[in-house]
Amino acid sequence: MAASSSIRTYIPIPPFLSPRNPQSSLSSSLKLTSPHFSPSSKPLISSPLSPALPLRAATTSSSTPSPHTPTTTFHGLCYVVGDNIDTDQIIPAEYLTLVPSNPDEYKKLGSYALIGLPAAEYPTRFIAPDETTSKYSILIAGDNFGCGSSREHAPVALGAAGVVAVVAESYARIFFRNSVATGEVYPLESEVRVCEACRTGDVVTIELGLGRLINHTTGKDYGLKPIGDAGPVIEAGGIFAYARKAGMIPSLAA
Amino acid sequence: MASSAIASSSSPFINKVQKDVGLSTFSSQPSFSLHTAKKRNSRKITCVMAPQQTERKPATSGSVKTAMTMTEKILARASEKPMLSPGENVWVNVDVLMTHDVCGPGTFGIFKREFGQNAKVWDREKIVIIPDHYIFTTDDRANRNVDICRDFAMEQNIKYFYDIKDLGNFKANPDYKGVCHVALAQEGHCRPGEVLLGTDSHTCTAGAFGQFATGIGNTDAGFVLGAGKLLLKVPPTLRFVMDGEMPDYLLAKDLILQIIGEISVSGATYKAMEFVGSTVESLTMEERMTLCNMVVEAGGKNGVVPADSTTYKYLEDKTSTPYEAVYSDDQARFLSEYRFDVSKLEPLVAKPHSPDNRALARECKDVKIDRVYIGSCTGGKTEDFLAAAKVFLASGKKVKVPTFLVPATQKVWMDVYSLPVPGSGGKTCSQIFEEAGCDTPASPSCGACLGGPKDTYARLNEPQASFTIFV
Repeated sequence: MAASSSIRTYIPIPPFLSPRNPQSSLSSSLKLTSPHFSPSSKPLISSPLSPALPLRAATTSSSTPSPHTPTTTFHGLCYVVGDNIDTDQIIPAEYLTLVPSNPDEYKKLGSYALIGLPAAEYPTRFIAPDETTSKYSILIAGDNFGCGSSREHAPVALGAAGVVAVVAESYARIFFRNSVATGEVYPLESEVRVCEACRTGDVVTIELGLGRLINHTTGKDYGLKPIGDAGPVIEAGGIFAYARKAGMIPSLAA
Repeated sequence: MASSAIASSSSPFINKVQKDVGLSTFSSQPSFSLHTAKKRNSRKITCVMAPQQTERKPATSGSVKTAMTMTEKILARASEKPMLSPGENVWVNVDVLMTHDVCGPGTFGIFKREFGQNAKVWDREKIVIIPDHYIFTTDDRANRNVDICRDFAMEQNIKYFYDIKDLGNFKANPDYKGVCHVALAQEGHCRPGEVLLGTDSHTCTAGAFGQFATGIGNTDAGFVLGAGKLLLKVPPTLRFVMDGEMPDYLLAKDLILQIIGEISVSGATYKAMEFVGSTVESLTMEERMTLCNMVVEAGGKNGVVPADSTTYKYLEDKTSTPYEAVYSDDQARFLSEYRFDVSKLEPLVAKPHSPDNRALARECKDVKIDRVYIGSCTGGKTEDFLAAAKVFLASGKKVKVPTFLVPATQKVWMDVYSLPVPGSGGKTCSQIFEEAGCDTPASPSCGACLGGPKDTYARLNEPQASFTIFV
């Protein structure tokens, strides 16, 4: 398990979950997570609080990192898109009757992720014809990713399809916000234009704490901009968990 | 002394002036307005020993008025802070939360999951639920989503739910309105100085009323439903000064396409867009709504037009809720300022497939058109139909391609059928459209603008050689 987890995802310990009492903090963290996110549908985590327990245990047992340096690492194949990918390409409007908070419809949304990309430009499809999730866990994009209609279905569809992080040059505001609020995907910004330096199918690693994107296929390494104020919210597991932590809203009654 | 030098830098702008302030420098620099403190403020200060501070910003004393833009002022008031700077993250009290049939069900699901099955919304009078997207369809899931909105409205005793039950005849549903952004204005939910959030990118339309209005996602909206507030980042403001008499062949859509063509579809990302100048002052409320509606097409967070007598007059018979307008200070800091002489502009179009793919209408005179669609939150208002009717009237010709008309709301539909078109000898828009061979005006809704289920009216189900025009 240790070997497999080393090439997979480490789950950071959110600073507010004291490592002193891992049992109780774990149960409270489980209570905060969205019950509809089925862990089996996502081999790589979507948010730090997803209940991938063995991996979390693996991190806890290693030397304790500084609480403010997330040790999160994402590793997988990348799918590369260009500039101004709008939400209608991420999840076309005809699928918006699907309600993301309904578990079955959540999965269905994932199966349509990026189906709106024109086939001529993207002959390799994000989701293979007879699959419901994608083998690509990291999405690499150009400028203004997620522009257009504000549908939250967009980051949700990506998350449901198995994407853990997007690395783009820049984001449309509402897409960025929805990614943070839902904790579905990490919306990371690259320092340089990586969408022209990476190709679909390249093996990449994101070192969140170090702010690096490493492309193992080409052997190149790129800087990522700090996630800033959004970091603590994603780390907490979305806006609800963050607000509970800050005492703004009460904890859920059991 | 430094500030006096800066004060003189507010020279008249010529075309675009990029002020030397980056986003990151906003919060770290002391305010320029140190010396703008009014005497009446300084009189309040008595001799008190101040506690030692490493850096004492003028704003922290509370007695110095710091210049702010109107967006900053609205957010400052809503977050109960004396002043705010761009880049700050603040918890903002929400005055109105709007949701519709596409994002409502997901929002309610998140609200219940997070606040509990028996949770109550924070304020049943501050939530507006408007079914409008996928209404006149046989799609089961779309119909179910309207049912979910109704169940939630009943359960929570939501005051403003604009229901539709009889899909066969929209007129049999007196509560039904249609396109949410137009309905919000017509029903008096847009008020100066307030904060309006909605689960739709075009929520920014309401900025026409001098309020802060922006689109949010289901999760954020689910949070607002329970908490009545949301964490928002204060945006820096781009200011667009439009002066000059607007030629009668232009509409506000030309103005905003001009701007988007100038700054691109991401030119205002994370930013507020403030529209001022004599042309803007001359615009009707519907035209101001068009201007603010397309702010999001430039990536903007919100758009604002300062409230004035036009605003107050529009609101007169629509709301009894007290409101207080705010305005940008003279010394307020704008990220950049753009100036336009509107008298020199020409009619524009946005070519496929991007709103910033701007062209002069006359450059497209040889482009073949397959169909025409007049509707949506941007172009389906009463004045948009009046403008189209005037064109038909002037040309006296019949349409050569299918022409679809989708009034945004029930009120607009009524106007299309009842208001006489000036200069027509008393004809209504509907009569003129009929004579010109247009399709009969459809039931009010978002229609084909968003695509939607396959049986959506005027939806393009086959690729066509050229393009559809969304007027």
